[in-house]
Amino acid sequence: MHEPTWFRVLRVVGLVLLTLFVVVPLYVMATSAMKPLGEVTDTFEWVPGNLTLQPFLDMWSTIDLAAYFLNSAIVSVGAAVVSVLLAILAAYAISRYEFRGRNAFRITVLSTQMFPGILFLLPLYLLYATLGQATGIVLYGSKLGLIITYLTFSLPFAIWMLVGYFDTIPRDLDEAALIDGAHPLTALWKVVLPAARPGIAAVFIYAFMTAWGETLFASIMTDSDSRTLAVGLREYSTQTSVAWNEVMAASLTVSIPVVIGFLLLQRYLAQGLTAGAVK
Amino acid sequence: MTTTAAPPAPGAPRTAPRRRKWTPSRSKLPYLLVLPALIFELLVHLIPMLGGLYMSVLRLTQFFLRDWLNAPFAGLDNFAFALDLDSAVGSALLKSFAVTAAFTVVTVGASWALGVFAAVLLNKSFRGRAVLRALFLVPYALPIYTTAMVWKFMLDQGDGLVNTTLGAMGVTDGETFWLLGNNAFLSIVITQVWRLWPFAFLVLMAGLQSIPADVYESATVDGAGIWQQFKSITLPMLRPVNQVLVLVLFLWTFNDFNVPYLLFDQSVPNSANLLSIHIYNNSFITWNFGLGSAMSTLLLVFLLLVTAGYLAFTSRRMKDA
Repeated sequence: MHEPTWFRVLRVVGLVLLTLFVVVPLYVMATSAMKPLGEVTDTFEWVPGNLTLQPFLDMWSTIDLAAYFLNSAIVSVGAAVVSVLLAILAAYAISRYEFRGRNAFRITVLSTQMFPGILFLLPLYLLYATLGQATGIVLYGSKLGLIITYLTFSLPFAIWMLVGYFDTIPRDLDEAALIDGAHPLTALWKVVLPAARPGIAAVFIYAFMTAWGETLFASIMTDSDSRTLAVGLREYSTQTSVAWNEVMAASLTVSIPVVIGFLLLQRYLAQGLTAGAVK
Repeated sequence: MTTTAAPPAPGAPRTAPRRRKWTPSRSKLPYLLVLPALIFELLVHLIPMLGGLYMSVLRLTQFFLRDWLNAPFAGLDNFAFALDLDSAVGSALLKSFAVTAAFTVVTVGASWALGVFAAVLLNKSFRGRAVLRALFLVPYALPIYTTAMVWKFMLDQGDGLVNTTLGAMGVTDGETFWLLGNNAFLSIVITQVWRLWPFAFLVLMAGLQSIPADVYESATVDGAGIWQQFKSITLPMLRPVNQVLVLVLFLWTFNDFNVPYLLFDQSVPNSANLLSIHIYNNSFITWNFGLGSAMSTLLLVFLLLVTAGYLAFTSRRMKDA
């Protein structure tokens, strides 16, 4: 396709501006993480005077970053694993079976995305507290409670994306296994899942990101033992000062795992997200 | 969300035979398969939501929280209170609603526009395209609390990047309070756009790739320019993608809590007082959970109406097109 000159100019100018918009905050995060405290709290300088890796060492002792990191990791991996497992089962049923209530189920699950979190935050807190008193299973303030909460946040999209993936896998494959006498779950495990591996990985990283970044419920539903990064990182700010270089070093450190995971799998994530809309 | 979207069956009609029932002996299986997902959704979303609706008709203050089921019945008092525009509570809610609506329109519009712009610019392959594509997605992948931190740092009044740079360029005096007063609105907008537009870009990019190249080729032969092609091919072909995308962006932004909460700590300026923050403060700061629940219920009803209307309208337009 021939492109007129104005479009080429627009492309270059547009891409340069967008790149600046995206890169400047990332650059600020990276350079501020390597500045001494005196320099980082002084007037902003584009080019750091002194570079140091000290904030990356100090950040672990200023607050209990390791504990928050571990809590976030346990909660996010737990939520993502369970979310993916539940989504695989549900998506298989929706993709391969015609059953009464199938559409009602889809609508119910997807419409939960619309609820304002603020509407069920307090009732959920009360429900967890009540369940805890009744059964002895501590849900409020515990990592288990957070895992259960967060897995439901990613579950609707996870199911939606996996149905899209499963639908693209020819049914002849699993039907052949069924004709050979395999149980449907065996067909799911042996035939459908291997073919849907990229989709499952994408759903996993999506579920992980959702839990890793969640802030509202973490602010109410965690205590000092279960505090996650979303709440814990605020402790770098005290009444009088903010250790900005350590904040940025910690931000960088906790972002890198999700950013890498996301970039590796974004292609599949995009496919899954649009699967429902593009026909 | 996306409840009435087309069934997610990309390519299914081509590759798979029509759906058919399995043998009756297996008929319990699909229910067993969806049951675990259903249980968790019921536990975390539906039951608490019904609880929230019930709370909205209770006089639920901190005195009754321990024994909330026995809190006195308030009828529609909480709703009347929240909607009484002559009272301080009602006018504050209306103001928060207006701020949220403006925030949503500006943010969703800008995110979508940037997303479609970048997707079109990157649709043709050239050297470095993959790098730019990955780079543009980074803000979406960052945890929101790190994004908010870095913007808060850059918008700092005394020594932040924004004031230092604008001051040096002579655009402003370099002493603007970005996180106070009416400027706070701009701060939440730019932070939210920065992290949201890559999502629009990601989805629109995938949408663009589903448009066959020969459509553009024949348009070029017919002498259509780039702008005409964008208007008469790209935008109409993106409609199904846009329908879902804009709805998702709308719901996320209208319900957003994180950006103001993380940028301003406890003292959110009025111009950035989004509904979720407003309701949170009315519930957890003043401990009037009945009133907070009534406000949340009103928010939910509003979102339901907008979503239903939006889907009806856009679906009709797609059928007409």
